[in-house]
Amino acid sequence: MYAQMIKSEASREDPEKLAAFQARIDAGDKIEPKDWMPLGYRKTLIRQIGQHAHSEIVGQLPEGNWITRAPTLERKAILLAKVQDEAGHGLYLYCAAETLGVTRDELTEMLLDGRMKYSSIFNYPTLTWADMGAVGWLVDGAAIMNQVPLQRTSFGPYSRAMIRICKEESFHQRQGYDIMMKMAAGTPAQKKMAQDALNRFWYPSLMMFGPSDKESVHSEQSMAWKIKMNTNDELRQKFVDQTVPQAHYLGLTVPDEHLKLDEETGHYAFSQPDWSEFFDVLKGNGPCNRERLAARNKAWDDGKWVRDGLLAHADKKAARKVAAE
Amino acid sequence: MSSPNSAYPDIPEATKPKRHEWPLWEVFIRGQHGMSHRHVGSLHAPDAEMAVKNARDVYTRRNEGVSIWVVEARHIAASSPSDKGPLYEPSESKVYRHPTFFDIPDEVGAM
Ligand SMILES: [Fe+2]
Ligand SMILES: [Fe+2]
Repeated sequence: MYAQMIKSEASREDPEKLAAFQARIDAGDKIEPKDWMPLGYRKTLIRQIGQHAHSEIVGQLPEGNWITRAPTLERKAILLAKVQDEAGHGLYLYCAAETLGVTRDELTEMLLDGRMKYSSIFNYPTLTWADMGAVGWLVDGAAIMNQVPLQRTSFGPYSRAMIRICKEESFHQRQGYDIMMKMAAGTPAQKKMAQDALNRFWYPSLMMFGPSDKESVHSEQSMAWKIKMNTNDELRQKFVDQTVPQAHYLGLTVPDEHLKLDEETGHYAFSQPDWSEFFDVLKGNGPCNRERLAARNKAWDDGKWVRDGLLAHADKKAARKVAAE
Repeated sequence: MSSPNSAYPDIPEATKPKRHEWPLWEVFIRGQHGMSHRHVGSLHAPDAEMAVKNARDVYTRRNEGVSIWVVEARHIAASSPSDKGPLYEPSESKVYRHPTFFDIPDEVGAM
């Protein structure tokens, strides 16, 4: 339906302008906020960048859950810095979305009332300390796989935000893998914990790339507009190929009995995640959907007096300055 | 910046949330060895003082800068993208503004 809507809107647009726009993208030009752009391009980007921003913000919750319980002061400081980075990523992306004409408040409202989504991975709980390892290694790893090609996306502000983000992400993945190395080399109970974390996060991580493109309605147009650079299946394959040897290094087992390296192609054959689970979580029925949205709503409501207070203070100061002049 | 209505024509005006937003600030940072301030992004803050503090948290978590400028976005005047041709064209024909335009014999030495 969404694709149809875009199509009917697009058909009202000047074909000459559309062709010139596509030619700019094909030539590798960056599109900047004040440039003319098709309505569908604008709307798709607002949705995509907005969802991406929301994911960074909601993504702080499963890790924030462990900050006060990190095993050492150093681990605590590292995790805190990592979570703080994610807040920064959310802010870079919100600013990029705002250049398209949507306001920060609108984006926030749409997250809080469920009109906009965030990555389904953050609806899974983080049950043990090893989950901090698995999240950094697998979830940030999958995010990096998605984000690196987006540095070349056609929309200037989005591209610049992705470049900043990618610079900071490798710290996230490495600190996660570092936790996994420690756990996997620890006591039998610790190693078991690491294996359990991998078991629970493996398939949800594969879901992060989205369903196969054969089923995706907006893939083709997004690829032409360079707001999607690779197919979901390509990126998922790349992720599996990169991650499986890392699991082997840890001495852990990827929970997939069909996993097999094809010597000829160098690629792993692997099992698809349970896509009915994916769609169910997307609909709001994951283990933590309600908790995550409730936490964001509470933070927004609890912060109201701070936002209002600072604004009142700024207004008062400005008025005093005017009076003094 | 531009009207939000252009982005959300399908949301009726009445259901749009009330605005209580802090203004938008553009952030410029000069790095340790940077010659001049460079635009790094933007953020929301109630006033200039908070904008500098927020810029410190959002844009200099890894020693990216030794100096921060913030300016409210509405105060920035910019050239329009459609002026690209007429605005920059006059300099395109003035190749003699570049030193390589002049052939100086090698014997003359460095110049
Ligand atoms: Fe991030
Ligand atoms: Fe991250």
